[in-house]
Amino acid sequence: MTLTEKILARAAKRKSVNPGDNVWVDVDILLTHDVCGPPTIGIFKKQFGQDAKVWDKDKLVIIPDHYIFTADKYANRNIDILREFAKEQDLPHYYDVGTDRYKGVCHAAMPEEGFTRPGQVLFGTDSHTCTAGAFGQFATGIGNTDAAFILGTGKLWVKVPPTMKFIFEGEIPPYIMAKDLILQIIGDIGVDGANYRAMEFAGDGVMNMDMEGRMTLTNMVIEGGGKNGVIEPDQTTLDYVNARTNTPFEPLFNDADAVYHSVRVYDSKKLEPMVAKPHSPDNKATVTEVKKTRLDRAYIGSCTGGKLSDFVAAAQIIKGNELRIPTYIVPATTLIREQMKTETIDGETIWDIFVNAGCNMGEASCAACLGGPSDTFGRLNGAEVCISTTNRNFPGRMGSKQSAVYLASPYTVAASAVQGTIADPRDYLPVTV
Amino acid sequence: MKETIKGKVFVLGDDIDTDQIIPAEHLVYSLEKEDEKRYYGRYSLSGVPEAQSGLPMGGIPFTPQDKFESEFTIIVAGKNFGCGSSREHAPFSLQVAGARAVVASSYARIFYRNAVDGGFVIPYESFDDISSEFSTHDEVEIDKELNTIRNVTTGKTFPLRPLGDVADIVEAGGIFEYARKAGMIS
Repeated sequence: MTLTEKILARAAKRKSVNPGDNVWVDVDILLTHDVCGPPTIGIFKKQFGQDAKVWDKDKLVIIPDHYIFTADKYANRNIDILREFAKEQDLPHYYDVGTDRYKGVCHAAMPEEGFTRPGQVLFGTDSHTCTAGAFGQFATGIGNTDAAFILGTGKLWVKVPPTMKFIFEGEIPPYIMAKDLILQIIGDIGVDGANYRAMEFAGDGVMNMDMEGRMTLTNMVIEGGGKNGVIEPDQTTLDYVNARTNTPFEPLFNDADAVYHSVRVYDSKKLEPMVAKPHSPDNKATVTEVKKTRLDRAYIGSCTGGKLSDFVAAAQIIKGNELRIPTYIVPATTLIREQMKTETIDGETIWDIFVNAGCNMGEASCAACLGGPSDTFGRLNGAEVCISTTNRNFPGRMGSKQSAVYLASPYTVAASAVQGTIADPRDYLPVTV
Repeated sequence: MKETIKGKVFVLGDDIDTDQIIPAEHLVYSLEKEDEKRYYGRYSLSGVPEAQSGLPMGGIPFTPQDKFESEFTIIVAGKNFGCGSSREHAPFSLQVAGARAVVASSYARIFYRNAVDGGFVIPYESFDDISSEFSTHDEVEIDKELNTIRNVTTGKTFPLRPLGDVADIVEAGGIFEYARKAGMIS
């Protein structure tokens, strides 16, 4: 069996499963946030009763992150509903807005808090829940009804997906980032190329990445239609997780005779800096092909492109430069925001590098990645062209239907911010090959 | 269970993502309070670019700007309908607007699952992309027993894939109703 099949078999208390089997699994962690949490709670109460208790309060994680810094009364009411529910159910893992516990984007905060445990099953009411697959966890997005079912029962039915394997052989060139790999893959297979399937990433090009790079890969499997993304746990994984949780877990690995739906092998040294052109994540082009395309804005943030390593990469290029277009910086979590103020390049903090270059600095949250209420930080409110480290560029994703979004790596977005048009990071990195 | 779903058809293209079905800025309304819930009907499919909204002509809103309900009962689209986010508000908004079924050549899996488990709309799969065989406003009829969709306006009939594994959940009206019938929950 593949890693994904083994996790689902164990969670279903079965010796083995095959792709296509429908199984009921025990859930280790359920994640929800401010957009889908309130309706989930509503369904839970309707179905299980006003006084019903959640199946296991230690396994429920609620991280408000979507619409936090807004005057929208309905959005703020959603936070009130979460707060009330956390109090009523005495939930230990609620990260309230306006307190020291506030985190920011759930998918980046989950690993920080030790909830991404190898071999376990995580469901979340957000499509980018698949990010946690980087840790060898089975992790996938679900809707409110399914989440409410889990809240009451701790179980959910799931169809076992076949696994597509993507192997990156050899060392990744220094100007290439994980985002380039996943944009290449999605461009190759299409936005439904992995529909109903697991996407596994392997090879030394992947296993030499730190956890943040691996998370960038698994985060965007949903953009290929994938059910879950997964990477076999190794020492890097275990060191990361063990430093953040004492909860026991048992990692699982691929069997030697695992059967895959398909295997694609990439030669890492041939990889190019990539973009996804408007209006689809599979609308691929190399940066070379779209170089000097006109831009109005650059945006670095989100669960996929707002991690510490993403900002360190961008800062390497932005340091000491003036920017030609308005540039928005949105740390995924409050911890990352703090780390940006201590991590330095040649004595200057990452935070100061951005501030001194004139960037607009935001608070940790999903912010403009998904548009949101009209007062959302960085939102595209008109016919602007933006280059962004986020994960989707469907029509209107970052706000206005008239806007257009290019997706790219932090290196490419930073170089483009300096140049004012789409730029090749190889022309701006301090040390190139 | 009625055997047919009849009504006017609204036609869309490929890869209609959940931001097009219900733009993120509208996800703030209550899904329970009637006076707010109806906004999901008003803004259903409002994120579709104008030229692609109501094919083949385009320029047709699914729900008129000053209304909360759509005149369209059935949506016919191409591949990968409902890709993108996991927001259950998407199939919910189609239901609130008055849609009862979608026919697409394929679905993104979370949308499909949400449509079935929440009992919002029935997600039928066509064998091929049949969207070009329909014009928005055509009268159509889905036969739930024979698994066919007929374009009453043109007289053509097309086969649909059987619902298969999820038929029992669709029949029950959602995962809770199904689990109660099966004795899994009380």
